[in-house]
Amino acid sequence: MAETAASGPGMPQLDITTFSNQIFWLVVALVVLYFVMSRVALPRVASVLADRRGAITADIAAAEEYKLKAQDAEDAFKKAEADARAEAQRIVEAAKAEMQEALHAQIAKADAEIAAKSAESEKRIREITANAVEMVAEVSNDVTKDIVAAFDMKADARSVTAAVKAQMKGDA
Amino acid sequence: MAEESGGLVIKPMDQFRVESLFGGDIAWYTPTNVTLWMALTVLAATALMVFGARGRALVPSRAQSAAEMTYGFVYKMVEDVAGHDAVRFFPYIFTLFLFVLFANLLGLIPFAFTTTSHIAVTAVLAFTVFFVVTALGFILHGTKFLKLFWVDSAPLALRPVLALIEVISYCVRPVSHSIRLAGAMMAGHAVAKVFASFAAALGAFFFVPILAVTALYALELLVAVIQAYVFTILTCVYLKDALHPAH
Repeated sequence: MAETAASGPGMPQLDITTFSNQIFWLVVALVVLYFVMSRVALPRVASVLADRRGAITADIAAAEEYKLKAQDAEDAFKKAEADARAEAQRIVEAAKAEMQEALHAQIAKADAEIAAKSAESEKRIREITANAVEMVAEVSNDVTKDIVAAFDMKADARSVTAAVKAQMKGDA
Repeated sequence: MAEESGGLVIKPMDQFRVESLFGGDIAWYTPTNVTLWMALTVLAATALMVFGARGRALVPSRAQSAAEMTYGFVYKMVEDVAGHDAVRFFPYIFTLFLFVLFANLLGLIPFAFTTTSHIAVTAVLAFTVFFVVTALGFILHGTKFLKLFWVDSAPLALRPVLALIEVISYCVRPVSHSIRLAGAMMAGHAVAKVFASFAAALGAFFFVPILAVTALYALELLVAVIQAYVFTILTCVYLKDALHPAH
C-alpha cells in the first residue's frame, strides 16, 4: 500500500503512511543531537570561549601593569638623572671653590715670597751701596793722602778723612 | 515508468520518496532513507561541534573557529531576539538550528534525501516549538500570558476584534513556520531536478540547463542557510513572546 502511494502521482510529502516513520526517526535524531550538544559540544565550546576571554582580559591587565611599571621606571630614571645632574653641578661648584681657594693661597704665598725676596735684594743692594760708599771713601782718603803727599804737604790723616767725608756729603 | 518511450518524462518529486533501506514495508521503526540522512545530519553536526572544537586551543584551528562562530552566532541571536533570560533555552535552540542547517546542507548533495523537505518533519519541529512556547507562556505568566492578544494601545471597541485576529495569527504560526521551511527546500530541489532533466533532453544545448542548475545551486546553498536561520530566529521570536508577553 505504501508502494502504490509512493510511486503514484503527487507529492511523497503528503503520503501519510510514512509520517510515523519520519516522526519517529526525527525524534530519535533530535534527542541524540540534543544530548551530544548539551552534554559535550556546548560546554566545551563555552569553556574555550571563557578561557579565551579570560586570557585576553588577563593579558590586557598584564600589559596595563607593565605599562605602569615602564612609566615608573621612566620616572625613576628621570629623577636619578636630575639628581645626578644636581650632584655633578654641586661637585663642579665645590671643585671651583677649592681651586679658587688654592689659587688665592698660592698667590698669597707667591706674593709673600716675592716680598721677602725683594726685601732681601733691597737689603743687599743697600749693603752693596754702603760698601761701595765706604770703599769710595777709603779710596778717596788714600788718593787724597797720596795727592797731598805728592804735593809735599804734610797733612794728618784725620783731617784728610774729615775733609773727604765733608766733600762726599756735599756731593751726595 | 522512466523507460517509457517518447516524450520527456520528468519526475521531480521522486527524490522526496521515503524508501526502506533494506526493502519491505515501511513501519514506524523501519530504517529508511530518512533514518540514514538524519543520522548523517547528526554526525555532521557532531563532527563540527565536538570534533571541530576538540583541540580546545586558545588560538583556534579552522574547524574550531567554525564551531565557535556557529556557537556565538546562535547565542547572540537568542540573546538579542529573545532576551538575556532566554539563554537557558539556548541548547534547545542550538540543537534545532544545527539540525535544520545540516539537514538543508546535506540535502544539497546530489542524490541525497532532504529530510527538511518533508512537511511531517518540519511540522513536528514547528509544533513542538509552538506547544512548548505556549505552555511556557502560561507556566511563567499564568493567565497574564493572554495579554499578548489584548492590544492595550488600541481603542477599546477594536480590542476584541484585534484579539481575535491576534489569536488566529498566533495559531497559524506553526503552520507557516513549518511550511516555509519544507516549501523552500522542496521547491528548490524540484526545480533543480527539472533543469537537470532538461540537460539530458536538449542534446547539443545541454550546457544551458547545466549553467542554470549551477546558478540555482548557489542560490539553494544560500536558501539552505537562510531557511535554517529564519526557522531559528522565528523560534526566538516566539520564545520572546512567551517570556515577555507584554507588547
